Amino acid sequence: MLEFLRVRLQQGTRTSPFPAGGADFPARFRGRPAFDPAKCDGTCSGCAGEMPSEVLTRGPRGIELDVGASLFAPEEAAACAGGALTFTRDHRMGSRTRAGLVSADGEVELATALEARMRRLFGRSLRLRSVAAGSCSGCEAELVALGNVVFDMARFGVQFVASPRHADGLVVTGAVSVNMKRALLETWEATPAPRLVIAVGACAINGGPFRGSPEVSDGVPTELPVDLWIPGCPPHPLTVLDAMLRLLGRLEEGS
Amino acid sequence: MPHEPVESFGATVSDAVAAGWRLISLFGMPEARAVRLVAILADDVHGALGATSTSVRERYPALTPTCSPASVFEREVAEQTGVIPDGHPALKPLRRHAPDHAPTNGTPVAAGDREAYPFFRVEGEDVHEVGVGPVHAGIIEPGHFRFQCYGEEVLALEIMLGYQHRGVERLLETADRDRAVLIAESIAGDSVIGHAEAYCGVLEALARSRKTPRAQTMRGIALELERLANHIGDLGAMSGDVAFQPGAATLGRLRGECLNLLMTLSGNRYGRGLVRPGGASFDITPEMQTEMRERIARLKDELEPALALLFDAASVQARFEGVGVVPQDRVFELGLVGPVARGCEITRDVRHDHPWGVFRFAHIPVATAWAGDVLARALVRRLEIQRSLEFLTEQLGALPRGEIRVPCGALRPGELAVAMTEGWRGEIVHVAISDEQGRVRRHKVTDPSLRNWPALAEAMRGNQISDFPLCNKSFNLSYAGHDL
Repeated sequence: MLEFLRVRLQQGTRTSPFPAGGADFPARFRGRPAFDPAKCDGTCSGCAGEMPSEVLTRGPRGIELDVGASLFAPEEAAACAGGALTFTRDHRMGSRTRAGLVSADGEVELATALEARMRRLFGRSLRLRSVAAGSCSGCEAELVALGNVVFDMARFGVQFVASPRHADGLVVTGAVSVNMKRALLETWEATPAPRLVIAVGACAINGGPFRGSPEVSDGVPTELPVDLWIPGCPPHPLTVLDAMLRLLGRLEEGS
Repeated sequence: MPHEPVESFGATVSDAVAAGWRLISLFGMPEARAVRLVAILADDVHGALGATSTSVRERYPALTPTCSPASVFEREVAEQTGVIPDGHPALKPLRRHAPDHAPTNGTPVAAGDREAYPFFRVEGEDVHEVGVGPVHAGIIEPGHFRFQCYGEEVLALEIMLGYQHRGVERLLETADRDRAVLIAESIAGDSVIGHAEAYCGVLEALARSRKTPRAQTMRGIALELERLANHIGDLGAMSGDVAFQPGAATLGRLRGECLNLLMTLSGNRYGRGLVRPGGASFDITPEMQTEMRERIARLKDELEPALALLFDAASVQARFEGVGVVPQDRVFELGLVGPVARGCEITRDVRHDHPWGVFRFAHIPVATAWAGDVLARALVRRLEIQRSLEFLTEQLGALPRGEIRVPCGALRPGELAVAMTEGWRGEIVHVAISDEQGRVRRHKVTDPSLRNWPALAEAMRGNQISDFPLCNKSFNLSYAGHDL
């Protein structure tokens, strides 16, 4: 017993002060991508299909940065020869809409709080069911990490539960494989309304590294109404936590 | 690549396995009007590799009846190429099962027929069936488990996988190199370094690119950090499964410390972006070297008492001991790898048997335990944690100078390359075959999970169904790695 107490004392209290602090990342951390048009000399073809993902595309509205498509890979920044595409250390990038992840410079329309009724229902207690559907397990590993003593998501009233019957929403990870599509849709049907859908990671948003494979649906199928999109490959646990707290109206605007 | 008639091919492989070689990969490669079957064998005693191949049309005599480790590979070949191994004792789909996929043998299945998959069933009074998944109770990957139970006792367990199938091999064969390495890093998200290392290994071999000693050491450091993170995390999860909360809380956090070390190095908690063809894409600066050494020393100080607490607790020992036993002879019969094999007192470790990179110079002793149960697998992981920490302390103290990355150019045409690495789950094998234009014609990936899943199903026989989570976590196999 004394040994238990000794180890407990040695370990100390390790819970992150987040959201009051704790969002400090090492210098090389690849957070939200940003595009600086001033650095683009228009001579390279990185955004014209030579990117390992569709993070940067050249369309009728000019060059667009889609944070949802980013694989947060050094190759993406390198393919933009002028150095106009960089990764910031900003971990905040969850958005209520798919379009909110697309812009000219990488600014994300950060998630706004749920409507009053939903917020009253879920704002202080949200139960979620995780569905992995054609993932690599990286996103799930970060969802598991949200339950450890450091991130301790339960202190905000957010918990993962064992059955969709007990859940207020689904957290979908993975590019949605042919084999999992039916199970995903049935799990959604088994979740009582009103219910939320949260798409976590590049795969769930647009297929991620597996985009275009005949074995996947390139992300959450259109049948499911997504309420929150959280980019990353995989997203840092604080990226997920930040987005969820914004959705629940637990973070002040602009923080 | 040696080529022989189908009649002698089976005998060559079976005789080699009987003589002590291990079948580490067996796959099909489409040819004009035929399929080339390629077998890769390893001689662990002499650190040698061998290959042979044959050409087959619609069917060929199965290897499995005379060479049992071929079983899972032949199921994979049948599914990927449509070639039927005649006489295979359990030719079931591996990943593409009904009703979401047409069966390999062509028999039609009704769209909603969930029972189209031929599960093994035990009949009898009081025998009941428990089906779990693909959507589980925890935050885990999808898979379906069918238990045949008599009361609490599990008589048989069949595991149906494939839900994570994303078509990785095809993508690796068609994507350009900048994207392919990202796909390789996403084969199994907890084995980013292990798979990237093997993927880069085959490309470097085909391109005759020689990494600098500094790059080799850095990649070795990343691989051991990955091993540490997963072993520590799994011991924490096993601790939670037997309701030993001090272990779950402390080890769960300390796993994160290892991931944060990888993030300092690569900008990502799982080490994505670091291992690249020709070396590594980020250097370890002198300041980072000092910082990482200090953090590893602190990790060691905090880890030792937490591990001692877990392994010294009588309640934990009582729950770990005698559960999920894998008999030693099954290691050979199923071709098991990694901590599962080493928990049956088999010294099988690629870092020792077929050393590559930094492991040719820095030898990590192979950790084994003897009982083949949950406790043995936990003990192997504990030993490996200690040895990886020693390796990291040593390597971070004496990093070789030099470039971190050299060019990795065009692939030599018409060659076959094999790369093996010891990921934290065990042996990862990548095989690449280049065509006459120097493009990748076939890229074969074998994750250790493919070898070890059948052992988990067998280890549950005669155990209580309530011990499944604990037994499962002691293996902690990858669904994505199996399903590719």
